[in-house]
Amino acid sequence: MVIKRADNSLFTPIDPSKKVIDDIQRPSLSVWKDTLLSIMRNKLALLGFFLLAIIVFLALFGPSMVPFSPSEQNLTKTNLPPSVEHWFGTDNLGRDMWTRSWYGARVSLIIGIVAALIDLILGVIVGGVSGYMAGRGKKGDRIDGLLMRIVEVLYGIPYLLIVILLMVIMEPGITAIIIALSVTGWVGMARIIRGQILQLKSQEYVQAAEKLGTSHTKIISRHLLPNTMGIIIVNLTFTIPTAIFAESFLSFLGLGVQAPFASWGTMANDALGVILSGQWWRLFFPGFLISLTMFAFNVFGDGIQDALDPRDRK
Amino acid sequence: MYILKRFFTMILTIWVIATLTFVMMKFIPGDPFASDADVLPEEVLNNMRAKYNLDKPIAVQYVLYIKDLVSLDLGPSIQSRTRSVNDIILSGFPPSALLGAQALVLALVFGLLLGIIAALYHNRFIDYLAMIIAIIGISIPSFILAPLLIKFFSVEWGLFPVATWGTWKHTVLPSLALASMPLAVVARFMRSSMIEVMNANYIKTADAKGLSTAGIVIKHGIRNAILPVVSFIGPLFASLITGTFVIEKIFAIPGIGRYFVDSIFNRDYPVIMGTTIFFSVILVVTLFLIDISYRLIDPRISLTSKEG
Repeated sequence: MVIKRADNSLFTPIDPSKKVIDDIQRPSLSVWKDTLLSIMRNKLALLGFFLLAIIVFLALFGPSMVPFSPSEQNLTKTNLPPSVEHWFGTDNLGRDMWTRSWYGARVSLIIGIVAALIDLILGVIVGGVSGYMAGRGKKGDRIDGLLMRIVEVLYGIPYLLIVILLMVIMEPGITAIIIALSVTGWVGMARIIRGQILQLKSQEYVQAAEKLGTSHTKIISRHLLPNTMGIIIVNLTFTIPTAIFAESFLSFLGLGVQAPFASWGTMANDALGVILSGQWWRLFFPGFLISLTMFAFNVFGDGIQDALDPRDRK
Repeated sequence: MYILKRFFTMILTIWVIATLTFVMMKFIPGDPFASDADVLPEEVLNNMRAKYNLDKPIAVQYVLYIKDLVSLDLGPSIQSRTRSVNDIILSGFPPSALLGAQALVLALVFGLLLGIIAALYHNRFIDYLAMIIAIIGISIPSFILAPLLIKFFSVEWGLFPVATWGTWKHTVLPSLALASMPLAVVARFMRSSMIEVMNANYIKTADAKGLSTAGIVIKHGIRNAILPVVSFIGPLFASLITGTFVIEKIFAIPGIGRYFVDSIFNRDYPVIMGTTIFFSVILVVTLFLIDISYRLIDPRISLTSKEG
C-alpha cells in the first residue's frame, strides 16, 4: 500500500481577518422573507392577523362611530340590551358599552403589549445568559447564581407592595401599572428560557459553534434563542392576557385604571354582580373581546412559530 | 457540596427578600391603627404602638424583627389581636395547600394529556379542538369563571355546595376555577415543545426501529419535551399552595391567600412580613428542587462546572 504524502502546501493557516466561522449559519435576511411567506400561506395565522388588525382599528376609530362618550352617563337609559342605538347596550349608569369597550381596548391592549414586550426583552436576555453561563467555570456559575437569586427575590417580594409603592411615588395610571407588572413579570420568562437553554446547550451544533470559536453572545443569539422560539412565543401569548387580567385585578382592588376610564378588565369586573340578573351583555362583550384578542394572538403566534421553525418546512 | 452551597444561598435569598419587603413596607404611608385613631385616646394608641415596637426607630424595629425571625417567631398580628402570625399560617395553610395541590394535579394531568394529543395530531381537527379549549382556559379569568361555576354547578344543578369549607365536595369548584389557567398554559407549552421533539432524529430512529407510537411518546417524547412545563410549574406550585386571594374570597375559604392582600391594605406589618417569608421559603425550596429535577429529567444538563 502506497501512502501518499500529504502536500504540505495544502495546509496553510487561514487568514484570521477573514471570518469564516459564521459560514455555518444561514443567511439571516432570507429567514424573515421565509417567515413572511410561510405566514401568508397559513390561513389560521392570517385570520389571527386580520382579527388583530380589526380590533386595533376599532380601538382607534370605534368610539367616533357613535355619538356617545365613554364617561357620559344617562340615567334614563340604564341597563339597555344591545339595540340599533346602543350597539353593545348600556351599563348600570347608562353609559354606552360600545364606546367603553373600544376605549377599554386601548387601555388593555397597551398594557398587555407593552408589558409583554418588556417581559420578552428582559426575560430573554437574563434567561439566555443565565442558562448559557451555568456550568461554564466558576465565573459562569456565579453569573447564573446571581441572576437566578435576583429572579427569586423578585418572585418573593409581594407584588402588591411594589404596586402600592409605585402608586405612592407616581400618580396612578397606565404607566404605573405597566411598570409594576414589568418589574416582576419577566422572571417567569427568564426561568423558562434558562431551563430550555440548559437543555439545548449540550447539543452538537452548540459544541460545534463553540469549537469554531463563535463568541458567547453569538451562540446565545444565533443558535440557542432561535431554538427556544416556540416556547418564547407560547409564553408571550400568555403574558398578554396575564397582564390584562392583572390590571383588572388591580382595578378590583382600587389600584388600577381609575373611573371614568374603562378597561376590559374593569368592565368585566363591574358586570360580575349582575350575571345572575340576566344582563348578559355586560359580561359578554368585554369577556368576548378579551377571548377574541387572545384567540387572535394565539393563532398568530402559532403561525409565527411554525414559520420560524425550519424543520417544519415542506 | 452543591446542595450545601445552595442551602446557604437560600437563607441569604430569604434574608434579602425579608429586608427589601421590610424597607418597602415602611416606605408606604399609612398606619395600622388608622381606623382606631378617631375612637381611642392618644395614650391608648401610644401604648398599642409600643406593644408592636412601632414607637422605636425603624432600624431598631428591623433588628428586633430579624431576631424574632431567627427563632421562628413571626410575631403577633395587629389586625386580629388575639392571634399570632404563626397561628394564622398554621390554620390557614392546610385548606389553601389542599386546594392548590388539587388544582396543580388537575392542571398537570389534563394539561399534559391535551398538549400531547394536540402535538401528535398537529394541524388536524383534534389539535385545533384542544387548542381552542386551551385558549378558552386562558381567556376566561378565574374571577369570571368562579361565579359562572357557582351559577351552574351549585345554583342551577345543585351538584356542589355554593361556598365555604368542609367536605371534599367543597373543594371541587374552587380547584376547577384555580386549575383552568395553568391547565391551558401546560397544554400549550407541552404541545409546542412536543411538536419540536417529535420532529427530532431520535424519534424517527425509534419509529424506524418499529417502536409503537405510545412507546415513542412515553419513552422519548415526554421526557425530552417536558422541561418547559417543569420550569413553569415551579413558581406556580409555590403560589398555588399558598392560596389565592380571589378564589378564596369568592368561595369563602378560610385559607391564607387573603392575608397576602388584606395585610398590605391594613398595614398589618407582622402579617405582611410573615406571609412574605412563608411564601419565599416555599418558593426558594421549590425552585431548588426544580433545578435538581432538570438533571434527573435530562442528564445532559449540568448546573455547575464541577458536575459537568
